[in-house]
Amino acid sequence: MANETKKSSTPLLDELEKGKWPSFVKEIKKMADKNPRAKDLLGQLELSYTDKVTHWKHGGLVGVRGYGGGVIGRYSDSPDKFPNVAHFHTMRINQPSGWFYTSKALREICDVWEQHGSGLTNMHGSTGDLVLLGTSTDNLEPIFTKLTSKGWDLGGSGSVLRTPSCCAGPARCEFACYDTLKLTYDLTQEFQDLLHRPQFPYKWKFKMSGCPNDCVASVARADMSIIGIWKDDIQVDQQAVREYAKNGVNIQSEICDLCPAKCMSWDGNDLKIVNKWCNKCMHCINALPKALRPGKERGAAILIGAKAPILQGAQMSSVLVPFMKMEPPYKELKDLVEKIWDFWGEYGKNRERIGELIQRVGMGQFLEALELDPKPQMVANPRTNPFIFYEEYFEEEGEEK
Amino acid sequence: MESVQAEQRRTDIGPPQYEQFLHPVIKKNYGKWKYHEIVKPGVLVHVAENGDKLYTVRMGSPRLINVDTIRMICDLADKYCDGYLRFTSRHNVEFLLSDLSKVDPLIDAIEANGYPVGGTGKSITNIVHTQGWVHCHTPATDASGIVKAVMDELYDYFKTMTLPAKLRIALACCLNMCGAVHCSDIAILGVHRRPPKILPNLNKLCEIPTTVAACPTGAIAPVVVNGVQTVEVNEEKCMFCGNCYTMCPAMPLANSLNDGVSIWVGGKVSNARHAPMFSKLAIPYLPNNPPRWPEVVNAVKNIVEVYAKDAKKYERLGEWIERIGWPRFFDMTGIEFTKYHIDDYRFAATTFNTSTHFTL
Repeated sequence: MANETKKSSTPLLDELEKGKWPSFVKEIKKMADKNPRAKDLLGQLELSYTDKVTHWKHGGLVGVRGYGGGVIGRYSDSPDKFPNVAHFHTMRINQPSGWFYTSKALREICDVWEQHGSGLTNMHGSTGDLVLLGTSTDNLEPIFTKLTSKGWDLGGSGSVLRTPSCCAGPARCEFACYDTLKLTYDLTQEFQDLLHRPQFPYKWKFKMSGCPNDCVASVARADMSIIGIWKDDIQVDQQAVREYAKNGVNIQSEICDLCPAKCMSWDGNDLKIVNKWCNKCMHCINALPKALRPGKERGAAILIGAKAPILQGAQMSSVLVPFMKMEPPYKELKDLVEKIWDFWGEYGKNRERIGELIQRVGMGQFLEALELDPKPQMVANPRTNPFIFYEEYFEEEGEEK
Repeated sequence: MESVQAEQRRTDIGPPQYEQFLHPVIKKNYGKWKYHEIVKPGVLVHVAENGDKLYTVRMGSPRLINVDTIRMICDLADKYCDGYLRFTSRHNVEFLLSDLSKVDPLIDAIEANGYPVGGTGKSITNIVHTQGWVHCHTPATDASGIVKAVMDELYDYFKTMTLPAKLRIALACCLNMCGAVHCSDIAILGVHRRPPKILPNLNKLCEIPTTVAACPTGAIAPVVVNGVQTVEVNEEKCMFCGNCYTMCPAMPLANSLNDGVSIWVGGKVSNARHAPMFSKLAIPYLPNNPPRWPEVVNAVKNIVEVYAKDAKKYERLGEWIERIGWPRFFDMTGIEFTKYHIDDYRFAATTFNTSTHFTL
């Protein structure tokens, strides 16, 4: 029967070609017509949709010569059925700061990848890398050589400095309190060796956000979150506030009432801000960008220790340095980072993130090791627990021990 | 294979310097932007102190895209944007241009290619997600498939800005959370529910002491079976984190009958109004039902719709729940509250209610 010969080999995945949102299945299928790796990926994925389990085997160490990261080894558990994805390794390519590209640069990557890989990508991976999805071991070196000749390098994987990433920053945002692109590029270049060769107890992520809106989710995802912040007064253009009011914004209910620090008042003409109460949440600035801007004395708060749940539970980063100027050559920041890495290298257990190490040894001990003063900005509240590890006590004069 | 020996092998060069990729209007106004506005869904304008304007047109993408699609994006960037574009932290493409008259033709061209424009302001933008069955060795579910099915259903929220506030959805296909979903308005999280199996060749594949030490609850113990060293699992202590499998390939816990999806709500990362919040458990388990996961799609849609109807302007999902209280959240969404919702791990007591602040 004619119908049967036409029967699709991927009936489950075909269902995901329907609907309005762009379809990843279409993306794979278009490549499958001309690329055997993409074709076998499609076949193996259909098998996963049938079996409801993955068909990728556990791990596998592969890489390019001299590097210990940047390539994720992946092997099919059904290489007899899908020989073209028997190896299907991912290459992480270090994205440019802020994910800005030109079409010329992207085309160069596409040409290399079409020749040597599946032709499939992730734009981008969760940590920020440009991800080339699926090639065989013998192609790794040729791809690496060709990409580096065009100015690209691999990103991080494993127990290394993971590829730093940042928001659009001053390139396209008026809220940026420091140059996130420049700092990201600077740190990435400065610590190249640590990015490519595993020298840490576990992964380390830097994320640079230009303001407390934290568009790269640094507080949730980075071992060190560098979040732009200002010290002085919010800049106000009263005429522009009045314009917003005239155009229908209810300044009282939408701005003043939602201010978490209750530092604003509106008399129908002027928006008054008690800046010493402001906790820099960004709500008023987000809502009235034409009228309000962060202050002029700008820098960043440094927070430490975010991670996903594995293993002791998820943590967000917490304040380590409430305010630091963030200008090249970033010496104060780099000195701090190197001290932290020394401490982590010395005391961290295998696969222990910095946030877990701090939990284990105590923030107080950690601060002493870094020679940082305790500050009230570091805590949501002081301890409620009275079991204090007092370190000193008085002795009677001439007391015998 | 062609020879690449002749080409020089370079290492440790790092990423290209970003300035070469910046639109001329960006270079001119770097750090000198004054304000921005959302012109309409999917279109931003950034205005510089000198009055220069930069338009951004945001395009939704499935994240997994092929080189021809990237070239199509490049063609559009060449035609309308002098070749300049960027990607967002949520996998969207942003076309950057200074000529307003080209904005609408660009939008038409993007949509003619089958990709949506939107995802700005009070919308649901792209779902940050992980690899799933496409490319991961530990997933409890697929990533791209659920994202596609959910975004098909929520498509209109991407194209409009009708929600009380922005709503950020993220998906991670296991508890490793490569997608770090734990601070999202709605998190879709793959879960295993059956303790790991012990393969007979464990002693050949794994170091037994590191395998035992990998378990955060001490559920794994070394044993000798028929003269062969291996391990045993106290199943009552297993919380399905999968860390043993990460350390020892002979302890697989992927299971087609039991793996599935949990739903978490009310997280955020921005400091606007409320401090950043973790997502909290809404639904402990929904089945893996490929290819379109209707149970998951309906659960997410239900939460979005109840929130959209009841929350006040600017209130993120977590802020809304904090105001109305969890009893009303479960009431209004019709989601069943179970013992699984009550934490029993390390930080459990910090999540208990020690007040009479609740609704009945």
